[in-house]
Amino acid sequence: MQDFNPSDNNKYFRKSEISAFPPSGGGVAAFTLHLADTNLILAQRNAEWCAHGPILEQDIAITNISLDLIGQARNFYQYAAQIINQSTDQFTNPATEDSLAYLRTEREFKNLLITELPNGDWAQTILRQFFYSVYQYGLYEQLQRGSDAQLAAIAEKSIKETTYHVKWSSEWVLRLGDGTDESNERMQKALQNTWAYTGEMFMPVDYEMATGIDFILLKDEWEKKVRTVLEEATLTYPGGTGNEKPIFMQTGGKTGVHTEHMGFILADLQYLQRTYPGANW
Amino acid sequence: MSITIPTYTSSTQEKDIWKLLEAVCDPEVPVLSILDLGIVRDVKLNDNGIEIIITPTYSGCPAMDAISMDIRLKMIEHGHKNVKITTILSPAWTTDWMSEAGKRKLLEYGIAPPRLLADRETTAHHIECPQCHSSNTKLLSQFGSTACKALYQCSDCKEPFDYFKCH
Repeated sequence: MQDFNPSDNNKYFRKSEISAFPPSGGGVAAFTLHLADTNLILAQRNAEWCAHGPILEQDIAITNISLDLIGQARNFYQYAAQIINQSTDQFTNPATEDSLAYLRTEREFKNLLITELPNGDWAQTILRQFFYSVYQYGLYEQLQRGSDAQLAAIAEKSIKETTYHVKWSSEWVLRLGDGTDESNERMQKALQNTWAYTGEMFMPVDYEMATGIDFILLKDEWEKKVRTVLEEATLTYPGGTGNEKPIFMQTGGKTGVHTEHMGFILADLQYLQRTYPGANW
Repeated sequence: MSITIPTYTSSTQEKDIWKLLEAVCDPEVPVLSILDLGIVRDVKLNDNGIEIIITPTYSGCPAMDAISMDIRLKMIEHGHKNVKITTILSPAWTTDWMSEAGKRKLLEYGIAPPRLLADRETTAHHIECPQCHSSNTKLLSQFGSTACKALYQCSDCKEPFDYFKCH
């Protein structure tokens, strides 16, 4: 029987697993990947609406939002690649925005769980976008004043786009919530389906500790805005402090523990680069 | 055949580079040059060549890659081989950087030009229909045919039109 040498084990790992799980480059790289992944996965989900939107204008709107999110994801991936490459040796294949998006495994992705939920009906897609955009707005507001110059620059650029997303999704929440009996019922159902995935936004994991983000402030502002819009839309705000049992919040996305939907998203997203490595056009 | 190799020292040459950039157009809105759009932030000349600093309009704007390529080709066409194109994100691009000439060209092209950021929330400045110039217009969708445009309709002549949104 052959002696087992643990160092041999490395050859069985693919390069992406060695270089990015955990990512070299430390906390900033992990945090930047979390921001990139969250934008990318929601962009991928929204893009599934392409040619299926309820009317042409809204089909264009949701895919425009998708495009904004991909653009923001690219900026974060490029920055993450730069940090990772600075801290890896010259013999490792350099990371690129493409390798980080297309060649990392499910457990390496750090996106929020809410972004990988299936689109459901238009109500669920709208509500998910609304929850996420309000959170993203608050996050970018803090990041653009933060100590990391490149993250601040990306946030300063992106927040202008997020402003439209907040406006658009708020208007839709009002329109559907305060619309017909059926649209109200569907929104209420969407609330039940998505609410348990909102808590994760405000529960920092280790790589977020040194970012300087005030998660309590972020949560307060989010709750204030979300509550105002939901109530105006005649929907029941689930986060009230009544006597009801608090809702259990799902977590795991930030550390790579995903829902059962994630593998299917990546199969779709990464198929081409996995099947034809390096394919280009 | 002799090739003139440019040296990068005098400010006259800097002016020449700006003049060349004037001829690079936005691939989505070809009536606008990239200078009209305000995306060229700086031109630097040094011993190694030219550095052109640009900023994207929207994070996901697919035209940015094409614009970088067009800048490079324009420079090569005029003998400038060592060109570095640097993209910066801050300060973030705003439609307030669009030139007055650019706004005029947009209107003639059939796209309503952006208002100033300061006027964004005021209702005093209506979006004017580029066809019949009526100010009786309404927003159809915040999102239009490209990231930088919203979709409007004129309530008088009924024509739908693009509005280059104030950003």
